[in-house]
Amino acid sequence: MSALAALAASSPLLWWREAAAAGDGLASIVDKITGGARVRHGRVKLNIPRLADNGHSVPLKIAVESAMTAADHVRRIIILSERNPRPVIATLYLSPKCGRPEVATRVRLNGTQRVLVIAQLADGEYWSGSAEVEVTESACLDAT
Amino acid sequence: MDARILVPRAATRGQTIEIRVAIRHPMETGFRFDAMGKPLPKNVIHTLTVRYNGAEIFRAEMGSGIAANPYLQFYTVAEASGEVICDWTDDNGNRGSERAAVSVVG
Amino acid sequence: MAGDRFVTRGPRRSGRLLLALLPVLACALPASAAQPGRPDPLKSGIEFASADVRGMQADDFANPGMLWVARGEKLWSEPAGRSSKSCASCHDEAAKSMKGVAPRYPRIDPGAARLVNLEGRINICRSRHQEAEPLAYETEALLALTAYVAHQSRGMPVAVTVDWQNRRNFERGRDLYYQRLGQINLSCAHCHEQNWGKRLLGETISQGHGNAYPIYRLEWQATGSLHRRLRSCFFGVRAEVPAAGSEDFLDLELYLAWRARGLPMETPGVRR
Repeated sequence: MSALAALAASSPLLWWREAAAAGDGLASIVDKITGGARVRHGRVKLNIPRLADNGHSVPLKIAVESAMTAADHVRRIIILSERNPRPVIATLYLSPKCGRPEVATRVRLNGTQRVLVIAQLADGEYWSGSAEVEVTESACLDAT
Repeated sequence: MDARILVPRAATRGQTIEIRVAIRHPMETGFRFDAMGKPLPKNVIHTLTVRYNGAEIFRAEMGSGIAANPYLQFYTVAEASGEVICDWTDDNGNRGSERAAVSVVG
Repeated sequence: MAGDRFVTRGPRRSGRLLLALLPVLACALPASAAQPGRPDPLKSGIEFASADVRGMQADDFANPGMLWVARGEKLWSEPAGRSSKSCASCHDEAAKSMKGVAPRYPRIDPGAARLVNLEGRINICRSRHQEAEPLAYETEALLALTAYVAHQSRGMPVAVTVDWQNRRNFERGRDLYYQRLGQINLSCAHCHEQNWGKRLLGETISQGHGNAYPIYRLEWQATGSLHRRLRSCFFGVRAEVPAAGSEDFLDLELYLAWRARGLPMETPGVRR
């Protein structure tokens, strides 16, 4: 990132506009997503490095414990960030016949934070898992 | 848009197969500035849909929190020979598409 | 001149940390230029990378640099310039004709009678044979073609030769390598010869080889050239930053390639 970009990305003003609505951490965003339904902790496993090489691209694998039957499968997976200017990273919709409720992608993380993943199952219930990721600055700034 | 989709060329009916998608796209966040200090407008791939013989098997609604040059990996059950087609659209309305054939036996 | 590197801007957060380390580094190293030498054992930058980055490079589908290689493959067969010839018109299948080519660069181009790197040679082909405009550094097209051509030699050892033709370039490159630069007043050797394997803030210092270029750098969120990486190093020590394609960088690239000889090409590499 250029020096200006790094400065802009870390500007509290930009964060405030986007994150103000989040209120208490991710609680209000999660409520909006689940329509107020409870979210239980479990069944969602994150595979993400403890220390990211670079916040621009952090590999994330998600696996949900599910029998993968017509009655018990994963409807959608929501990836949330505690500190990014936009808390919702992505929503992934799986089909009942996906075979294996696992997905992988690469995310951007704006600094050290917790990543929260919520999975909605076929019965409407929400389960979640999270992981802490350390994200540091580059040793030498790159202005190219 | 350069992009690649990876689907096994052949599978047996009922086998779970892995599908991977990689797309050349900056996923511009809208928070960066160019060298002159002008803001670079947000432009990310916001919707990506994967269909297998016409039926949707995977959909991703993405934001700027997905890394540049987005990469996605997911699974489906091989049912019948046919095509896996991936379509996507970005904030500027640009569309992209990649397809791969899969031959299913048994 | 090599001694005239001046400050381009003041130190930022990491720069201040680096400045704080300066007395430690300056005391630990000899004031005179180090003896020219190659690191032993010779290790590619990938050996200093995390398991995630190593996995990303090793997996041709996960490796984002392969998107540029794929574009290069398309461009290889596309007619360009007034000649309407494509690379393939003369060179046929790149897998055959370009195998073993990239490891020999930079080299003196007979027609141009100067040192050229792979990017420069591609542009010579464009202007001389395709009657096309040269491509600028860091453009998608030049990165794609360079990555595609270099990729055909993946696994082959870097194999530049230094002889009477390019000895002056080699010596200038070597002198630049050992020249203290910038406000931070460090030479390439201080990090990459004296302190490779040690930590600099959160990162492990590599030996600074160019055998994987063009690379996909996570910091850039894109593929970039060796000269782009050299520019970021010069900025890193707060030195005046030469332009990509400059003679300074070409000479330095030759020295780096000589220093890396024997290491396998990895293009497209992935680095943090």
